[in-house]
Amino acid sequence: MIPTVEQIRELLSAKSPALLVDGGELLAVAKFLKNDPQLQFDFCSCVTAVDYIKQDCIEVVYHLYSVALKHGPLALKVRAPRALEQCRVPSLTPVWRGCEYQEREAFDLFGVKFDGHSDLRRILMWDEFVVHPMRKDYVPPMDYEWEPTPHGETLTRAKAQGGIVPASALEAKK
Amino acid sequence: MAVDPKLQSELQKQGVFVMPVEFLYNWSRKSSVWPVQFGLACCAIEMIAAAAARHDIARFGAEVFRASPRQADLMIVSGTVTKKMAPQVVRLYNQMPEPKYVIAMGACAISGGPFKDGYNVLKGVDRFIPVDVHIPGCPPRPEALLHALMTLQEKISKQHLNETRWYDKDAPAEYPVPQCGAHDLEPPVNPEVWDLPKK
Repeated sequence: MIPTVEQIRELLSAKSPALLVDGGELLAVAKFLKNDPQLQFDFCSCVTAVDYIKQDCIEVVYHLYSVALKHGPLALKVRAPRALEQCRVPSLTPVWRGCEYQEREAFDLFGVKFDGHSDLRRILMWDEFVVHPMRKDYVPPMDYEWEPTPHGETLTRAKAQGGIVPASALEAKK
Repeated sequence: MAVDPKLQSELQKQGVFVMPVEFLYNWSRKSSVWPVQFGLACCAIEMIAAAAARHDIARFGAEVFRASPRQADLMIVSGTVTKKMAPQVVRLYNQMPEPKYVIAMGACAISGGPFKDGYNVLKGVDRFIPVDVHIPGCPPRPEALLHALMTLQEKISKQHLNETRWYDKDAPAEYPVPQCGAHDLEPPVNPEVWDLPKK
């Protein structure tokens, strides 16, 4: 269901306006927001994703501004299942060309596949990398072979992964 | 080098300088250290400041930043070495001709710094290449870089020709370049260069 201009206007008067839409409607809503003469969201400043591991979904967030009418931001949100195969949303590069790199980043770090993206490959991690590190179930590689003063999260991680840390340091912590 | 100091000073008054060849050799090398021109992160900005007029690294003969590793003999690893960048850094080092030296500049190049808990940052460039001088700081001030250069010059002037790495037949000519693997660099460290500190 595409929202009306009045609904968006009302949203924009709220403190942090957000619009959650279905994946199937995303492209139509985006085109409406950009092309409607009273809204003119001509600038997509940020594309990112949020991993809601408990709700088993990944939310892609687009932050939209109107440079012409000086309003915004409006957060356009869309949800997809966490499973890698089903984690797909339509790409908004046909609407806002500037989304291209940021959608690549969301793909790289969260594993969201953007249907219709012209060049969807990793942008920050190397091509051979297989997982998506910003997902909350990501386990980083164990490369704390030596840590002079392990503390905090580092110590917990090293312990959990059986890392080599000086025994004296572990004992001092006890 | 056994020269009577009295005789040496007498000769100097006559304009005759007696010194080992090694001294002259090291003196000329240390007075013209050419760094590779590349920067990795914010430390590079401090390196640029050190090269600019105010701090003037030219006072130490190291102002010629070469854009090619083949023309340089000092590598200033200035900034965060990401795992994606590490193979290129090792490759650059391999392409430098001997004698070559490495300065690890800043907390990141030494140990990963504030990004040590991250999955994508190399926890110290000394895991893959031998480092001569470490500079702490985040980022170190240009003065610290100049001090590192002076420390390196001191190190160069103490080198003995018959003990240097580049005349050693068995020393490795180049260091293995790590590959970007499915989860981490492969291998994650070069054990020939980096060893767990002994307790």
